Amino acid sequence: MSGMLTRRRGPAAWLTLAALVVVTAGILIPFALIALNAFKPPAQYAAHGPLSFPTGFDTGGIRTFWDTADFGRVLWNSVLISGSVCVLAVLLSILNAYALGIGRVKGRTWILGAFLIANFLPQEGLVYPLYDLAKQFGLYDTQLAVIIIFTVIQAAFGTYLLSSVLSTFPRELLEAARMDGAGRARILWRVVVPVSRPTLGVLLVFFFIWTWNEFFLPLVFLISNQNQTVPVALGTLQGQHIMNPLTTSGAALLGVIPTIVFFLIFQRTLTRGVTVGTLK
Amino acid sequence: MTYLLPAAVLFTVVIAVPLVMNIYNSFTNWTGVGPRHWAGLANYRQLLHDSEFWASMWHSLALVAAMAVVPAMLGLIVAAALFDVIAKRFGPRLASLLRACIYLPQVLPIIVAAIVWGWILDPQYGALNVALRDIGMGFLAHDLLGDPHTALLTVMAVLVWFQLGYPVVIFMAGLQRTDPALSEAAEIDGATWRQRLWLVVVPQIRPEIYVVLLTCTVASLRAFGWVYALTSGGPGVSTQVPSYYSYQSFFTNLDVGYGSAIATVMTLIIVAVSVVFLWVQRRHAE
Repeated sequence: MSGMLTRRRGPAAWLTLAALVVVTAGILIPFALIALNAFKPPAQYAAHGPLSFPTGFDTGGIRTFWDTADFGRVLWNSVLISGSVCVLAVLLSILNAYALGIGRVKGRTWILGAFLIANFLPQEGLVYPLYDLAKQFGLYDTQLAVIIIFTVIQAAFGTYLLSSVLSTFPRELLEAARMDGAGRARILWRVVVPVSRPTLGVLLVFFFIWTWNEFFLPLVFLISNQNQTVPVALGTLQGQHIMNPLTTSGAALLGVIPTIVFFLIFQRTLTRGVTVGTLK
Repeated sequence: MTYLLPAAVLFTVVIAVPLVMNIYNSFTNWTGVGPRHWAGLANYRQLLHDSEFWASMWHSLALVAAMAVVPAMLGLIVAAALFDVIAKRFGPRLASLLRACIYLPQVLPIIVAAIVWGWILDPQYGALNVALRDIGMGFLAHDLLGDPHTALLTVMAVLVWFQLGYPVVIFMAGLQRTDPALSEAAEIDGATWRQRLWLVVVPQIRPEIYVVLLTCTVASLRAFGWVYALTSGGPGVSTQVPSYYSYQSFFTNLDVGYGSAIATVMTLIIVAVSVVFLWVQRRHAE
């Protein structure tokens, strides 16, 4: 309406802007501190502390941490685990949602509720039996165990979400495909998957980041250094109290960078995607 | 139906069987090796008289406040200000830039965020105390995480920092589908900004509010990473939470029965909270 255009930037508007800028700056301070210290020469840190502006460029802290943690390998482990989980969990979610969302299985609401609650269940309530089972099957301290577990946990949410999306799937498309003599599997791959590609993309990104950020179960399952993910490697090294301020800021930077990269790449999907959770 | 088969097998092995086994273990005094001995309700009786357990439950409530209640309220104000004032008078680009910055902590792995804060809050070399000394307010410098009086409050403050972006993003998306005519009508009738927010906007974005409260409450009961990296539950038990307590019982104290009992209580609480939320949400949706 015209009211919107004629409104001026009065003092109240400027005040609101100022307050929000202060809030935003406060939220960004920790990121600024990491950036300020990750490349600071140790002598300068010792003399002038964490707030001084770096006068030199020193990668010592980062390199020390990279070598202690074998970070290249750790990074690859995280990519491998999160990558496998996101693909497998999306596949599993599609199969479930195809049956539940379009197939109209009996007791659908209850099954979907159960899937959602399965995703909410505290991992503490599953961890010991899973740890015990993994030991019995020779899967303890393997990435395969972590991949299987997170595929199921993420697919629980994916099934809930995709089913509600597919329940509004245009029936005419299905009918038309059926008239053309397509079987159920063909309809799934040739009609349902292509049409719901945007939602599948959001799920893929989310499952990747969620799995990347997981700490509790990977901490329990991945005890050898060569199997650890980024959060587990950072968490255990920090727990050993062998880090000094500079390796800590170097470690933090190495932990922050991958997620910032995902954030920048997927920013639109992410901010659009968070809202997908509120569907239904 | 065949499409549900892989899921049925996987969910049985990864969710259903472990869930039942955990409940069973909570009735034993198993140490993790050797045979399980039936202990009846002994673990639960012990829980009732365990001051550390009760402390951890109270701390959980504090974390629900820090991760669900406070971020939801602050997030509502920030989202409304971004949507109503910034987007309309300073342009939508500035609004989305601020939103993205506020959301940024949410993409961090919890453990990375916790390490960063542990480093900022370090009593010796941490940036916070150094900054206070630099500006001549050294008398305010304090070992926030090492003092039992301030440790929990400090963890709570960090959690608000981490969590705020999530409700802001969800609420802003919700605000986009509200009817501007209702707000304008209320404004013409002389309603203040606060009245419009509370009486006109909030009822329209009720589904988003439910989702935020539910998912944040569930997340707050999983505060394991924060406690692990920031305080290990201490000093004393001042930041102990059920999640970390059960982990300690399982893997440090080798008291699997007791850990399982704590984990079973957590599971029951989360299932109850989710069922109530879903039920209320469904009733409002009708």
